[in-house]
Amino acid sequence: MPLTLTLREPPAVPLEAEGLAPDRLARSPRGEIEALTVWHGNERAQIGDFFAVSGNGDQELRVEGDLRRVKFLGSGMTGGRLIVAGHAGMHAGAEMRGGELIVEGDVGEFAGTGMRGGRLVVRGSAGHELGGAHPGERAGMRGGEILVHGEAGDQVGGGLRRGLIAVAGRLGDAAGLRMLAGTIVALGGVGAAPGADMRRGTIVSMSAVDLLPTFAFASSYRPPFLRVYLHHLRELGFPLTDEQIRGRYARWSGDGLELRRGEILILEAGP
Amino acid sequence: MRLADTEVVDTFAEAFPMWGARIVITAESPAWAHEAARSMTGFATSVIGCKCEAGIERELDPAETPDGRPGATALLFANDREGLAKRLVERVGQCVLTCPTTACFNGLDGSETVDVGGQLRFFGDGYQASKVLDGRRYWRVPVMEGEFLVEERFAVAEGVAGGNIIVLGRDVTDALRATEAAAAAMRDVRGVVLPFPGGIARSGSKVGSRYSGLMASTNEALCPTLRAQVPHTDVPADAGSVFEIVIDGLTLEAVREAMARGLEAAAGAGASQVTAGNYGGNLGPFHIELRGLVPSLRDE
Repeated sequence: MPLTLTLREPPAVPLEAEGLAPDRLARSPRGEIEALTVWHGNERAQIGDFFAVSGNGDQELRVEGDLRRVKFLGSGMTGGRLIVAGHAGMHAGAEMRGGELIVEGDVGEFAGTGMRGGRLVVRGSAGHELGGAHPGERAGMRGGEILVHGEAGDQVGGGLRRGLIAVAGRLGDAAGLRMLAGTIVALGGVGAAPGADMRRGTIVSMSAVDLLPTFAFASSYRPPFLRVYLHHLRELGFPLTDEQIRGRYARWSGDGLELRRGEILILEAGP
Repeated sequence: MRLADTEVVDTFAEAFPMWGARIVITAESPAWAHEAARSMTGFATSVIGCKCEAGIERELDPAETPDGRPGATALLFANDREGLAKRLVERVGQCVLTCPTTACFNGLDGSETVDVGGQLRFFGDGYQASKVLDGRRYWRVPVMEGEFLVEERFAVAEGVAGGNIIVLGRDVTDALRATEAAAAAMRDVRGVVLPFPGGIARSGSKVGSRYSGLMASTNEALCPTLRAQVPHTDVPADAGSVFEIVIDGLTLEAVREAMARGLEAAAGAGASQVTAGNYGGNLGPFHIELRGLVPSLRDE
């Protein structure tokens, strides 16, 4: 049985559990784990005050319970695997640098903020500002992969500098806001104003897009790099069809208010 | 020694270390992938005159390639790491970048890498863009057709060059039939290429020449037409033609395996004799004895 932390009951106010990462808890004695600091609102507390610790393991950590008010799960993790058996609160996987964080339910806002490496997999949906930037910072996610099997909120990939964000469902408004580079793939389409103020990078939509007037049509083609990306996503269990992988995409360049070196690729119907 | 009706000389092939890379080329059709691979591996029979040795390793199914398109792999060898890097940039740039619908990927695992796509990106004249996926950087170079995709870094590794067998037959027809069978059998081995035309060289060479400045010249001891002229001949009385297959591989094991399959196939196709080329064991560190290659070899 892997090292398992079971939340006894949902906290009254958000619990900030920044230490809950497999690489930090690996091989630690149970007493040491239970004594790790968490913040319950503005009060310092210990993990053992909220979680029952069981099992052991060196590379895998499982967290169970109603975790919607538990923030920063897996933040800063550098390796190993963290499985959240249910929903996760805000900031899940923020500043991740390696390893794999799997959330079997939904994640709250700011998941993967400032991420630099590793892989965040969300079986449910994600809130706003997925893979975005910390307040006051220009650059958001700088590396790694975020895969969301449900939908995602507004401003996904805001300030994205490097890395891949793929969402099986629909993205909210302003996806890729001020993005610097990197790739966002939306199988279920995107909301209003995608790529606003983007400088470089790629937003891929598998359905029609209401584009800003500062984007200009370039051509329709089959981008070779996109096939590599979509194959990679399919290998990771993303529901991609052959038509999406082999299809033609309209390339729109923008944002014309910036460098016009970004692109929005929109899948075209037909062969 | 004998294998079926074929005499096998109790000697060894003398092989050398060379640096190698595996290049994966994909395209919209198998034909275009093959065309690019063929072009990239052209004029690469011997480091003596071509600065590198190369060949097509095999065709790839779409399921085996990074972008799910049909493809081919080629192996390229050069004397040193720096030389290999230069040849890769030249050949991918001139033969793959230019070829319709192709993309080009590193096909070798390894921590030692050289910059290829990172050099070719400059063809994009500032309009190139990069993508990083799973720790690998790709360059997207805009071209008139659309876009050329090339991986930035290619792994290089020390391989083995100069594995060989030499096949003798009663005449050109018989010798070539046996050598073609050997080459066909060798092509089934992963990790090796046969850099000469069709995998076969008719002009095996010796080191040096009576003419100053010439690094290699004809191997008169294996020229049937000179049997009566030279002080020493290795051509038996019943042999009228000789061919050589040179094998370059990523590992010594792969080269040995190719030589073994070639030896068996040549014997099965009626070669009168099979031998191997060496320099007395003084130059190359890898000595591949024919004696140990095939279990069914028997002493006369």
